[in-house]
Amino acid sequence: MLGALVTAFTGNGAKHVALVNAIVSLALALVMVCNFIPDASTQFVVNCPWIKDLGISFHAGVDGISMIMILLTNALVPLIILSAYQHQYKNANAFFALILFMQSGLLVVFTAMDAFLFYIGWEAALIPIYFICAIWGGKNRIKVNMKFFVYTIAGSLFMLLGIIYLYLQNPSNNFDIQAFYSLSLDSTQQAWIFWAFFIAFAIKMPIFPFHTWQPDTYTEAPTQGTMLLSGIMLKMGIYGVIRWLLPIVPAGVQQWGHVAIILSIIGVVYASLIAFTQKDAKRLVAYSSIGHVGLIAAGIFALNVQGMQGAMIQMLSHGINVVGLFFVLDIIAGRMGTYKIAELGGIAKQAPKLAIAFLIILLGTVALPGTNGFIGEFLLLIGIYQYSLWAAIFAGLTIIFGAVYMFRMYQNIMLGKTNELTIGFTDIKGSEQVVLYVICALVIVLGVYPKPILQLSEASVQHLIEQVTQKLTSVN
Amino acid sequence: MNIIITITVTALVVLYAGLFKAKKALLPITLLGLLTSLAFVATGWNADHSYYGMMQMDNFALAFTGITVFGTLLIFLLTQNYFAADSENIAEYFTLILFALTGIVIMVSYTNMSMLFIGVEIMSVSLYILAGIRKSNFASNEASLKYFLMGAFSTGFLLFGITLIYGATGSFDLGVINQYLVTNYKSISPMFYPGIILLMVGLCFKIGAAPFHFWTPDVYEGAPTLITTFMSTIVKTAGFAAFLRLFAGTFAPLHDFWMPPLMAIVCLTLLIGNVTALFQKNFKRMLAYSSISHAGYLLFSLIALTANSANNVLVYAAAYTFATIIAFAVLILVKQKTGNDNFDSFNGLAKRNPFTALILTIAMLSLAGIPLTAGFIGKYLMFLNVMKEYQVYLVAFAILNALVGFYYYFRVIVAMYFKEGSETELQTPFQYQLVLVFSALITIFLGVYPAVILNLI
Repeated sequence: MLGALVTAFTGNGAKHVALVNAIVSLALALVMVCNFIPDASTQFVVNCPWIKDLGISFHAGVDGISMIMILLTNALVPLIILSAYQHQYKNANAFFALILFMQSGLLVVFTAMDAFLFYIGWEAALIPIYFICAIWGGKNRIKVNMKFFVYTIAGSLFMLLGIIYLYLQNPSNNFDIQAFYSLSLDSTQQAWIFWAFFIAFAIKMPIFPFHTWQPDTYTEAPTQGTMLLSGIMLKMGIYGVIRWLLPIVPAGVQQWGHVAIILSIIGVVYASLIAFTQKDAKRLVAYSSIGHVGLIAAGIFALNVQGMQGAMIQMLSHGINVVGLFFVLDIIAGRMGTYKIAELGGIAKQAPKLAIAFLIILLGTVALPGTNGFIGEFLLLIGIYQYSLWAAIFAGLTIIFGAVYMFRMYQNIMLGKTNELTIGFTDIKGSEQVVLYVICALVIVLGVYPKPILQLSEASVQHLIEQVTQKLTSVN
Repeated sequence: MNIIITITVTALVVLYAGLFKAKKALLPITLLGLLTSLAFVATGWNADHSYYGMMQMDNFALAFTGITVFGTLLIFLLTQNYFAADSENIAEYFTLILFALTGIVIMVSYTNMSMLFIGVEIMSVSLYILAGIRKSNFASNEASLKYFLMGAFSTGFLLFGITLIYGATGSFDLGVINQYLVTNYKSISPMFYPGIILLMVGLCFKIGAAPFHFWTPDVYEGAPTLITTFMSTIVKTAGFAAFLRLFAGTFAPLHDFWMPPLMAIVCLTLLIGNVTALFQKNFKRMLAYSSISHAGYLLFSLIALTANSANNVLVYAAAYTFATIIAFAVLILVKQKTGNDNFDSFNGLAKRNPFTALILTIAMLSLAGIPLTAGFIGKYLMFLNVMKEYQVYLVAFAILNALVGFYYYFRVIVAMYFKEGSETELQTPFQYQLVLVFSALITIFLGVYPAVILNLI
């Protein structure tokens, strides 16, 4: 089934073909969800030997955690493609083909049950986004993207080192995830592997202090690139932590996890503070994204069911919200030609529909009860609180900070006096409406009734935590 | 043996065809000869013929013969219109390349030190002439002279090394030498050690490993591009095969002795090759330095001797050869249009030539070692092998170097896709298209499904 999915994605063509492709894959994903039994088992397994001599196989499967990521990817990609309908990109077919190519890379990452396959998918997702950002990006795109590329590839090469090391430790000479899970490594080994993987994931997410590539890249990338990066790609890092880091080296996590949490929390506070001072709306959202991701990472490293479940739902919500936010900004910038907050104002009067959509997404982002952001952040904070009160207090600050700078942005852009620039603003129409309404609907539905999503991953998450604690006790 | 005879006869026939001005017939004759040799490679597989204790056509030799002959074939396809521009006597190019190839076949199959020397000399002498074949071109003459002087030196080292080893063991035969090492492990003659070091130095000259690499950039830059292609791919592969035969086979019992100096050479090679490549403005020179750094990765196989060492070299050399042939082929096309081979002349290439740009991108990704290309599998195997010996620091060092590599390989991609430039349309002759597409397909195929050549040897 997945093989069919993947081949469907590499299709080439203009935007309509791309959209149809993406919707077909979404439909397939929905069918998968319907057939999915929410227990801890891995389903829809495809396992065939690929390079036998090296113990590499094409082993993919889906459990509750991957299911959510697949849903996220498949739901967002059609929206992202649709959001590009108003743009006139040069070589549009290459642009859309790259998006689909990236989607297949992402899906490989989210389903891989073989470390080598995971690595391949990890890189296969990187190359298209590099080209998307570097070809259709802003003025400084070449330099900025080189930084992004070298940064991420540095991380992933060290991950490769870790993978090779694990492979050599593995008596059955393969890259199978179950075999990796059952390895018994001593604590020094675990610490090294932890760092090899953690750096790769931390760069991707990004966690402070590995984030320096992110604001520049987000700002310079075309909006669709930014959406892909922030909406889906950074989840690769988080997913990697959940799927590979925690179960393989629990002792390493126990030993160094507090460092990870502290870094995450520092990132949360630091990003929020910087977001306050941003004059550029796109940069502001980029920094807010660092803050949110920091919170998710901290929740995961707290190693309990609440934190992990919060992370699952928050990954989904953050993906939806951040794509919505970037799209709204893209619409505004497309008409006004600027992301500068100070130059805008009073758009709400000209474009009430946009204003409402923007507000709903914003509320989701700042985690107002009843929106999708609330459930996730709430669970995350409970999880972090169980770990440490102080961590929870600092993490909780993001919600307050986030509300402040987000609303300030909203106030300055949408409310206030209409100036000469914004007077000619026209309201959203056509494909823009579709995208924004779908996002708004998701924000509200997930906020009011998140149970199906939580159920989807619950068993898997519980299983994971049990596995980790069990392994920890056996090591100690 | 039949392979050597075929190639030599082809070379002579080509020479005579040239005498009788049968220019149109040159390429077909050559290709026919090379295809026949490939057929001999296929039929001789697993036969393991030995020729008077001088040469051994085992699978190792056949695999490397196969890849070098095949690479030469691709390079011959690129000769279309290339030499005609500056010389009337195309036949001599063909003949010399074929003679060099003969030397290479001997280099990959010798079992006797004297054959190693003869092979190296046949190859080198042909190359000295080829590098300087543009008689009126200053750079070409300079390249030839430099190559000759350095080559003569290295041959001297090689010969001296062989002499010392002969002095210690009383034989040129690899089997006898190996037997000597095994039986007299505790009491090896002191002459033997400097012999090994001198041989190592001599061979490092040939493969262009630092600190014996100084000739490489100048010679590669000065020689005609097609000859550079030949030197940096086929000749290099042959050099490694010769290296492996000697060190991974015969000298394996003394691994602990020669590994540390080799390790130093590897580290130096990686560092110098990558860091210097970073600062090049000229694409051809960059490729020269990158070839030095690839020599470093290839030497990994000797740092950790395992059963797979030879095969890993084969995979890596195949990946490197095909990607490099693409790079040079595109360079030739670009240079024909723009007249220089700086990075700038690649600016904006993708707009008018999306297809060529795509193929060059694949080649660069492969050289940089991105997954799903052959280059990644090659690098991966090298790293894996060294990791098996738990030399994690060396791998970490290599990874840092690989990162530097990403940067300069991507400069070409950046120039092609993201920079504005003269929008020249390249004229890609059919044979070039053939070579480009074919090499790109192999690069991808080996990246996706490397199982086909993983256990060849």
